[in-house]
Amino acid sequence: MQLQPKLIALQLLHLRNPALGEGLEEEMERDPRVCVMGEDVGHYGGSYKVTKGLATKFGDLRVLDTPIAENSFTGMGIGAAMTGLRPVVEGMNMGFLLLAFNQISNNCGMLHYTSGGQFTIPIVIRGPGGVGRQLGAEHSQRLESYFQSIPGIQMVACSTPYNAKGLMKAAIRSENPVILFEHVLLYNLKERIPDEDYICNLEEAELVRPGEDITILTYSRMRYHVMQAAKTLVNKGYDPEVIDIRSLKPFDLYTIGNSVKKTHRVLIVEECMRTGGIGASLTAAITENFHDYLDAPVMCLSSQDVPTPYAGTLEEWTVVQPAQIVTAVEQLCQ
Amino acid sequence: MALSRLNCFSSRSANLLKTLSSAISLRRPISTDTTPIIVETSVPFTSHQCEAPSRSVETNPKELLTFFRDMALMRRMEIAADSLYKAKLIRGFCHLYDGQEAVAVGMEAAITKKDCIITAYRDHCTFVARGGTLLEVFAELMGRQAGCSRGKGGSMHFYKKDSNFYGGHGIVGAQVPLGCGLAFAQKYSKDENVSFALYGDGAANQGQLFEALNISALWDLPAILVCENNHYGMGTAEWRAAKSPAYYKRGDYVPGLKVDGMDALAVKQACKFAKEHALKNGPIILEMDTYRYHGHSMSDPGSTYRTRDEISGVRQERDPIERIRKLILSHDLATEKDLKDIEKEVRKEVDDAIAQAKESPMPEPSELFTNVYVKGLGVESFGADRKEVRATLP
Repeated sequence: MQLQPKLIALQLLHLRNPALGEGLEEEMERDPRVCVMGEDVGHYGGSYKVTKGLATKFGDLRVLDTPIAENSFTGMGIGAAMTGLRPVVEGMNMGFLLLAFNQISNNCGMLHYTSGGQFTIPIVIRGPGGVGRQLGAEHSQRLESYFQSIPGIQMVACSTPYNAKGLMKAAIRSENPVILFEHVLLYNLKERIPDEDYICNLEEAELVRPGEDITILTYSRMRYHVMQAAKTLVNKGYDPEVIDIRSLKPFDLYTIGNSVKKTHRVLIVEECMRTGGIGASLTAAITENFHDYLDAPVMCLSSQDVPTPYAGTLEEWTVVQPAQIVTAVEQLCQ
Repeated sequence: MALSRLNCFSSRSANLLKTLSSAISLRRPISTDTTPIIVETSVPFTSHQCEAPSRSVETNPKELLTFFRDMALMRRMEIAADSLYKAKLIRGFCHLYDGQEAVAVGMEAAITKKDCIITAYRDHCTFVARGGTLLEVFAELMGRQAGCSRGKGGSMHFYKKDSNFYGGHGIVGAQVPLGCGLAFAQKYSKDENVSFALYGDGAANQGQLFEALNISALWDLPAILVCENNHYGMGTAEWRAAKSPAYYKRGDYVPGLKVDGMDALAVKQACKFAKEHALKNGPIILEMDTYRYHGHSMSDPGSTYRTRDEISGVRQERDPIERIRKLILSHDLATEKDLKDIEKEVRKEVDDAIAQAKESPMPEPSELFTNVYVKGLGVESFGADRKEVRATLP
């Protein structure tokens, strides 16, 4: 198969977030049941320009500007999904979706089960989250930890233009409700992506860098901090294997397990909070399943359990920095 | 108070006809008689921002007898559920609808199965009105496999997809945005049907209701919000929970209609009116003035926040089944004995269904893990641990 990569920079002429927007547009063309709803997604083009141009192309009934009412428009998306529509609900910032927690937990996640399989909820809930540049505590939240226990939903986190488009398309095509976590600071990445139609597997992790010494598990923005640390580590003579777990629920324990069996050491680097975060669940899952293969306890580097401060220096210390990753690897590999 | 075409016969000739026909046993079976009868509702409609529909409702003997039978069935079903709960065959929460049957039955008479209905947890009778069987009801209540949700939902989670009954929801008020979403899907597919989102006077104070109403009005959705006002939000009377208990007016710019919810014909008229309105002009609120005889649920005696006199007063003066019974008898559509026979029949049906439901087995242990995710993705949920990775999407 000849891949015909196209340069993302050309797409940037449209001043729209290319990968996610393209993924959305292709799916909307492919299936007339796909619609987008959220605040300022239509005429404004989306607060991060993900949906720019879609309203002009598909009309107001398929790209819906909602009032600021997360609880009800998420509920409406779920109700529409029960009839067979495939809405993509955007939270302008993931943190705002806390207002819709009841709808996401009880209706989105549970209706397939409590109706004995009668209704499916093929909805995609997406939005940017994570710590940005001094956005303040309420706009820097990581909701993966809050949603991870909800039965019936799938959670994925994208980190590159390639997997962003692939995961977006896969999430829309999936019959299950999927929450797609994007990151505020990753919208400006550039990458060549194939011309052809492709999707990424929702339950699969991505091997970013093969290695022998230690398995570093990460997702979303921390992937870039890990890769930065990896450069330093390679110079120091280490050979880290970096895996972007991508699928936050369920974990791809197959890929992760194979890596652990090879390297025998695990470091988890995440932006989630220390308490009850994705890292905490992943640590438990690895310890439970691969205990015999570990030469050292699983180490997890997470954000501090504090509201994200405004001051730049403090904000930097809230999240994991490459230097800390290097120290942790050195410690684990002693 | 009823205007009836049959009254144009003198009572003597009517009696003569009856004697003759019963003698010759060529009596036309009443249950298929569709001669129109005009009946006046108990009270006129009160409206907000719209013109109230006429107080004269057209009905016919067949419809009235169907109303009677259906409501008697629902009443009997709820009372049987009460006994089953006390016998500990039904556990958890059980919210009974007796007293409110007219809303379910009247609404069904005005719409088709292509229109959607969504309600909260007091859903047993609405499910039956939408075509659910008694077996599905009792089996689900007892947590058996033959239940409508395979025993995994329980009293608060009845659903019937093929007749567009969307449940069955435990969290107060959360079903209203879902209902507006159903209306949105109907507008999206341009299929000229409407969605009824039912909620109670307690849920009327939920913010998400107003959010959903705003969006529905903005987008012209065929959504009909129906407030089943039984005047008590569990133990709190409406005057203690709502500054303005005129729920039909709360839409402000959205029109509303206040209906006597104990009069099945008034409910039917209002729902018919609302459907026409919603298809042309967008959302409308219906407030059904109704009453529940039981407490909020089986754990609530229902008498600590209201007097027994009040309950028996309503039962005497406004009971929906009695109203239809009086209507049938005054129009000579059936005899007392006929109606009693119907009630006996219905009782037997309920008893048979319960016996059948008791035979249905409990769900298999493997059912614990089915329907968490949609099959075909290769994802069976055993917690976060999953050993297989491949899955292909369409």
